[in-house]
Formats: sequence, structure tokens, C-alpha cells
Amino acid sequence: MEAFGLLLYGFSVLLTWKTLALMMVGLVLGIFVGVLPGLGGPNGVAILLPLTFTMDPTSAIVMLSCIYWGALFGGAITSILFNIPGEAWSVATTFDGYPMAQQGKAAEALTAAFTSSFIGSLVAVLLITFLAPGIASFALRFGPPEFFAVYLLTFCSFVGLGREDKHKTIISMTLGLLLAGVGMDTVSGQLRMTFGSNELLRGINFLVAVIGLFGISEILLTMEERLALRGHAASISPRVVLKVWKELPRYWATLLRSSAIGCWLGITPGGAIAASFMGYNLAKRFSKDKDSFGKGRIEGVFAPETAAHASGTSALLPMLALGIPGSGTAAILLGGLMVWGLNPGPLLFVEHKGFVWGLIASMYLGNVVGLILVLTTVPVFAAVLRVPFSAIAPMIVVSCAIGAYAIQNAMFDIWLMLVFGVLGYAFKKIGIPLAPFTLALVLGNRAEDAFRLSMIGAGGDLRVFWSNGLVGSISTLALALLFWPLISAAAERMRSAIQPDAKVGIE
Amino acid sequence: MSKPEVEIVVEDPNPPASDSPAVATTRTVDVVTSSLLLALAALLGFDNWRTGMSWDSTGPQAGYFPFYLSVILAAACLYGIGRELLARRQASPTFVTRAQLRRVMQVFVPTLLFCVATQWLGLYVASFLLVAGFMAFVGRIAAWKSVLTAFVFSLTMFVTFEIAFDVIMPKGPLEALFGH
Repeated sequence: MEAFGLLLYGFSVLLTWKTLALMMVGLVLGIFVGVLPGLGGPNGVAILLPLTFTMDPTSAIVMLSCIYWGALFGGAITSILFNIPGEAWSVATTFDGYPMAQQGKAAEALTAAFTSSFIGSLVAVLLITFLAPGIASFALRFGPPEFFAVYLLTFCSFVGLGREDKHKTIISMTLGLLLAGVGMDTVSGQLRMTFGSNELLRGINFLVAVIGLFGISEILLTMEERLALRGHAASISPRVVLKVWKELPRYWATLLRSSAIGCWLGITPGGAIAASFMGYNLAKRFSKDKDSFGKGRIEGVFAPETAAHASGTSALLPMLALGIPGSGTAAILLGGLMVWGLNPGPLLFVEHKGFVWGLIASMYLGNVVGLILVLTTVPVFAAVLRVPFSAIAPMIVVSCAIGAYAIQNAMFDIWLMLVFGVLGYAFKKIGIPLAPFTLALVLGNRAEDAFRLSMIGAGGDLRVFWSNGLVGSISTLALALLFWPLISAAAERMRSAIQPDAKVGIE
Repeated sequence: MSKPEVEIVVEDPNPPASDSPAVATTRTVDVVTSSLLLALAALLGFDNWRTGMSWDSTGPQAGYFPFYLSVILAAACLYGIGRELLARRQASPTFVTRAQLRRVMQVFVPTLLFCVATQWLGLYVASFLLVAGFMAFVGRIAAWKSVLTAFVFSLTMFVTFEIAFDVIMPKGPLEALFGH
């Protein structure tokens, strides 16, 4: 029970008035960000990141992760009351949540959503508490070849398992890797791709790109749509909460299944969006009463919310243990770690115990406080939507500019942010995914360094990536995932050759 | 319990017309974007070839990775362009309609002006102008409300970042007047 002792230590780090106050601020800001259309978890975290630059790392990560929890909670409010998913991962929540609100059961739906979010993330946090230290101490034995193999695995799984067009994922990823390389080469000290510009000498900052891609582009996309909305106002009474909680044990199988899906997709780069849909679809498939889904069934709220929250939380596991983010938001938090002067990776667990366990403890506390907060303050946050978008939009633009400038005190970065804003707008509309770009930009240099250090160690021999069982199996797995679409197609063909009457195209 | 509760209704003062003609199809924008990325890949590829893209005794040189990444990027772009051009017969969804583009420009142009203004007037004055102008002219909100909101917002930002959190922003003549 070493993890338990360390967790207690984490709580001791956390329980100061200052940290608790920052936690509340983070949660409120997060719910706010989650409720507003056109702003989501990653945008909120990216925009509010500069607030934390002068804080100590522990307070900073506690506040930022609470913004993230808050955004996850907040997304459910607009989905259920207004049928507008504040976040992509809340889309599945609208299927049954909004019909429930129309039937006058908005309070039940909201309670169900918040409670299942809480359960999902609790399962994921337990997983992090007991699994992350083990993975980290195992990864301490990793040398550059192992790390490169893990990075390769991350990149390849995006290409192989992503739902978008393969060439679009590759465009997004190579562009990110290329832009990560701009500036001084860390191994040889040579300049590259700077074209004699002093501004490019610093390289293209990851956070500037993220603020443009997620913040500015989202404003442009939101403005395109009709901004009128109409929805239900609701407040939650303790009686309703107890009623929903009493029903909870009946849905244990759904909750468990969705938590497991969420944790798995969160650790692998599948993401909360995929998890919420999968959770919903599986709950429907296993249900005895399939037709009642989509017409206001409470289970249809439980399933996607549990999965989305479990996934959003467990995405932090590989970030903490290996320095590899499992989601866009985790990538931004990783960018934050670097700004605060911490080196992400397994050494965090050894060198910055207070930071790591403070963060894990804050996940427990943040979710409990967040649950109570949303259950009691729903009407206030629903009313936030009354503020006209034409007042919110310029304020978000200003916050983005502040964020972009603050990172390196450079006016150039504000212009760069604008460029990335336009780029993000175009990419989203033509279906080039942004997550691979984000991940590549934040990991690019580290992956290249790992590769070149292994090459220096091995005298330029590529066989170093198959030099022992561990690195060999990771490398092989990476290549298998890269070619997964080809492999699965070939397997499908072979199966249909053996059984000629089997259906080939299973939806 | 199941009474139809109070509703929240927010109207859009000038929604984009739904029958507005298309400015571009998604295919056109896809091909244009891919072509621009292809040009970028060529430029970066050339620069990395100049830096050195070969493999010496200690492994790859500084330009090795970026060079081959440029090649992969170029190949993916070419594939995308080729696929879109071959599928030309099928209809492509609308990328943006004229009314939508006007709305996007309503945010983009003020944002651009805001960035220019930040350079000369400092961020806080520029943000006051952006918020007040946007609310009054795009959102058609009463002038006094717009100006008041903008003033309170800019002041809050100033107090939060400059004073409470010590994050220094670009400042102009107005702040200098107050000795900041």
C-alpha cells in the first residue's frame, strides 16, 4: 500500500487555503468554459494557462486540471438543457439527455450526467493512483531507444487507429513534426528552417499554436452558425438527487462497461469523443429495451458521460508516467509542465513527488468538489448562456492574445496565433484532424532527440530498435499499428476466403 | 415536478441567411490548402537539404528528419490533391456560404485590427476598442452597455495580469501616462 501513503502525502500538499482556493477558481472557470458554446476543455486550458506562469508548479497544475474537470462537467449542462453539445464528447449525451429535459426531467438528467461523470473519473483516478507509479518506475529503465519506440508507437497508433482519412492524419502529423523542428537543432546546435529570421530562432511555440488552433479558430467556426438558442432552465433539488442515486446500482453493468471503455481509450490516443459514442452504443446493444434509447432513457445519459469522463481523466496517466499525452488537453498540460520548468517523464515521480501526488490528490478532491458545485449551481451556469456571444467573442480573442504573448513576451507570437487560427479553421472544415498535429508539435523534438541519441549510442545502427525484447516488441507493435488498416483488411479477406458465405462488410 | 420549466431564450440579431449562395466547395478549399502545404513542404525540404540531410557516422544530420518529413508531407498532399481531382464529378459539400463568410469576416477583421492596435496602443487599450466596437457594431448592443462592459473587462484584465499575476503585456501611451 505504498501508493496509499503517497496519496496521503499528496493530500497534505494540497490542503492549504491557497491551493484549495485555486481549485475552486479553476472549477468555476472550467464549468464556465464548458458551458459556453465555442469553447471547450483544450481551449479553456490553453487560454487560461498564462495565469499560472508565475505560480509554483503544484498550484498551477491543480488549477489547470480543475479547469479541465470543470469543462467536462460543464459540457453536460448545455447538452441536456439546450441540445447544444458544449463539447464534442457531449454529443452522445444529447441523444437521451435532451429528450429527458423536454419531458420535464431535466433535473434527473443533469444529476445522472454529473454523477456518472464523477464515477467515470473516480475509476480512472484509482487506475492512475495504482498503475502510474508502477509504469513510471518501470520506465525509469528506459534508454533513448525505448523512448523513441514509445513515441513511434504513439504516432503510429494515431495513423493506424484514427477514424479520419489516413493521408489527412499524416499531413497533420508531419506538419506538426516539421514545425517542431524549426529553430536550433538541440543535438548539433545547427539552425534549421529559420530562413535568417530572428523570430523563428526561438522555434514555433507549442502553446501559441494551440491557442490559435483551438481558441481563435473556434470563434470563427462558432460565428458561422446561427447563434440563437432556446432551452430549459432547471434547478436540482436534493430529492431528485437522492432518487437518481437510488436507481444507480441498477445500472452497475453500464457504468462499469463505460468506465472500462473510457479508461482504455483515454490511455491509448482514442480520446473522450470516441469513448462517449462507444459507451452509448454498447449500452444500447446490451440493453433489453433497445427502442427506448434516444427517447429519454436515463441509461443513455449514464453511459456516454461515464465513458467521456473516464477517458478524459485517464488520458493523464501516460502523460504523468511516460511524458506522452493521451489527449489534446493532456498535451497542453504537458506544454505547461515545460513552461514551469519540469521535465515530463518517469523521473517526475522521483524528483517531484509533491507535484505528482498533489496532482493525483487534486483529481480526487476536484471531482468531489466539482460534483457538489455543479449540482448546486446549475441555474447560475445555465444563465451564463444569456450573455450575448458578441460580448463573449471579443473577450475570448483578447484572452487568447494575452496567452500567446505571455509565453515568450513576443508580439510575433500574437501574429503567429492569428495564422494558426485561420489554419485551424480551414483544417477543421476540410477534415484534417488537429490532435495529431498538437501531439506531434509537443513531442517532435523529444522524439527526434531520442532517435539521434540512440543512433549516437549504437554507432548509426538501426538494429538498436530491435536490440532487446522490450524495445523490439514496442517497435514491432508500432509498425503493426501503422499498417493496421492493411492487416485487418487482409485478415478479413482471408476469413471470407475460408468461409465463403460469411458477410464481408460488417458495419 | 414535470411542469414545463422556465425557458432560456437567446436570439441572434442577424443570423446568416440559410439560402445564401456558396462561395467555395470543400473540395476547392481542400485542394488549395493541400497545394499550399505542398509548396511549404518543398520550401522546407530544400532548406533541410541545404542544412544537410545525409547520414554520417553518428547517425542523422540536423536536416535528415525534417527533410524526409517534408517528403512524406508532400506525398500525402499529392495523394490528397489527386484523390480530390479524380472525384471531381461527384458534388462536394459547401465549404462556406456568402452569408457565413461575411460573419466570419466580422470577427476576423476586428481581430486583425486588434493585433495591429496592440502593437501601437498596447494590449489593454486595444482590447477596450475591440470589445466595445464588436459589441456595438456587430452585436448591436446599446452603446453605453458596450463601452461600460469593455471598460470593466479591460480594467479587470489589467488588474489580474499586470498587478495580481505579474504577467507583463505590451503597453502603449495611455499606460505610460499612468506611470506603468
